[in-house]
Amino acid sequence: MSKSFTPKVVTANDLLKGDVIYQTANGWTRDLANAEILTDEAHADLRLIEGSQQIADVVGVYLMDIALDGTAPQTTHFREAFRAKGPSNYVHGKQEVA
Amino acid sequence: MYTYNDFDKSFIATRNSQFRDQVERRIDGSLTEDEFKPLRLMNGLYLQLHAYMLRVAIPYGTLNGGQMRQLAFIADKWDKGYGHFTTRQNIQYNWPELRDVPDMLDALAEVGMHAIQTSGNTIRNVTADHFAGASADEIADPRPVAELIRQWSTDHPEFQFMPRKFKIAITGSPNDRAVTRAHDIGLRMVEKDGEAGFEVIVGGGLGRTPMIGKVITNFLPQEDLLPYLESVVSVWNQIGRRDNKYKARIKITVHEHGIEEIRRLVNERFAIVKGSFSGIDQVRLAQYKTHFAAPDFTVKAKAVFKDAYHSDPIFRSWADTNLSAHKADGYSIVSISIKKQGDTPGDATSDQMRLMADLAETYGHNELRISHEQNVILPHVHKSDLPALHAALKEQDLATANIGLISDIIACPGMDYCALATARSIPIAQEIATRFDDLKLEHEIGNLKIKISGCINACGHHHVGHIGILGLDRAGVENYQVTLGGDHTETAKVGDRAGHGFTAKELVPAIERVVDAYLDLRTGKDEEFIETYRRLGLAPFKAALYPEAQADAA
Repeated sequence: MSKSFTPKVVTANDLLKGDVIYQTANGWTRDLANAEILTDEAHADLRLIEGSQQIADVVGVYLMDIALDGTAPQTTHFREAFRAKGPSNYVHGKQEVA
Repeated sequence: MYTYNDFDKSFIATRNSQFRDQVERRIDGSLTEDEFKPLRLMNGLYLQLHAYMLRVAIPYGTLNGGQMRQLAFIADKWDKGYGHFTTRQNIQYNWPELRDVPDMLDALAEVGMHAIQTSGNTIRNVTADHFAGASADEIADPRPVAELIRQWSTDHPEFQFMPRKFKIAITGSPNDRAVTRAHDIGLRMVEKDGEAGFEVIVGGGLGRTPMIGKVITNFLPQEDLLPYLESVVSVWNQIGRRDNKYKARIKITVHEHGIEEIRRLVNERFAIVKGSFSGIDQVRLAQYKTHFAAPDFTVKAKAVFKDAYHSDPIFRSWADTNLSAHKADGYSIVSISIKKQGDTPGDATSDQMRLMADLAETYGHNELRISHEQNVILPHVHKSDLPALHAALKEQDLATANIGLISDIIACPGMDYCALATARSIPIAQEIATRFDDLKLEHEIGNLKIKISGCINACGHHHVGHIGILGLDRAGVENYQVTLGGDHTETAKVGDRAGHGFTAKELVPAIERVVDAYLDLRTGKDEEFIETYRRLGLAPFKAALYPEAQADAA
């Protein structure tokens, strides 16, 4: 039996700024809370392909695992938590504007 | 110092203009990321976790005040007002935007600097002893040779698409401060019957499979250096493995074929290559030597130094810890710690960079160095200027007296920045440094090198730390493995892995237990940690790291 599909979000880095972005239904967001949550495997694969085709806007597109707190997406691995927040030695990255 | 001639200037300008064009084509979508990536890497541009990162070469760690000031300007204009100095004598900017990078490269070119071959499968920035040209124990200044290697390796047509990256380090001193035994090629300047030459070491490296380099020839005449280097890289370029990136470095090639076979192949290749060198390299080398002529050392009274040393305990502590013996009478080599306890190892703010540039111009014959231990060196300061220098350094938090001590930690950027990292390094370094500073123990502990890497690639040199720390991802949790007894010097040794890893929370108390064990076990204050370790081996330190195992056995 194949492993059951866990919820995902399409993520990448912005081509110009290089910062972490997440796919929404009609574009990209810098805030994980606004990301499109993918719960169906076939749909997730399709959205990944669609994201990857935007070569003039984004770099390094992949599917990241999330957990759902109600409807709000939460990171499940510390690497994604750092990507979503910024470095721990300075208040830089996403935490700077937060 | 080497200054660019018209050829150098035009070469860099052409290269920068090509890259500007490549960036434009990437932005307008004419180049895919797969096409652009090798081009940006050739020019030192990475994409990291939160942003791009530009790695700028500081060739053999040498720069002048004007260059340091320009690095500060770049940090303010296109980054977040600081830079990170690395274990390979580079500076990294962590926050540039893609569109700005061509301007940053042009700004570097204005002061004779670049980011070429600081990444990619090329010959990287050649590194050297950071005390070169100043140290009392030196045979000769290795930097003219390092410059020759830089010129030879930059854009070398045969070596642009190699199996993997290739790193060369050189020292002119018998005391190895350049980690030559952990480089793809390490060069040690030696003399035989009054003739200058090199001991050539190949196949060293850290990373997933740490290896101490092997001597391929114990005396290479100076004029044979470039053809010999070309032969070594050429042999590896042909037989080095391209099927598996973890087996591609020359250390694996040497390990798989054996040093005798590599020596035979290199000699065979050398017989062909040697004839293609017309001798122009030796003409150039003679020119470069004039660029690196020693400054005019002045002779003046040292009374000011002696007075301050006896009257000011803070100055005395700094002088005892951060100064090294200079070859010229009345002079010292000053190591400026950019590792105040609790700060990020290797980071300097633009204000700090400007101050160091000013001080180099005022007191240091306009020379600065970056050490592989991520500190900044003023190689030539007269002792009588040291009290004023120290007072100025204090203004910018640059007077920390911890060179060689437990808080003088090498740490890679780790998962706070690096896309390859498996765990964070910086917070671990900050916690260890702060803890031992709180205990007021570090001067009592003495010389102890802690080196931290946030992944198996070992940019933080953990294998050759007296205490090495490797951060890993264990089932989604940061976990830290400890190695003990490593050595990065002329007696290089890979440390012994102590046992299972620790969580971030468990790690600092574990390090404290190891240090307590050392303080209990040492014969006296003059027996350094590494000497106690060599005398007693792993067992007593392992027992200190894992007290629960002792309890179970009892």
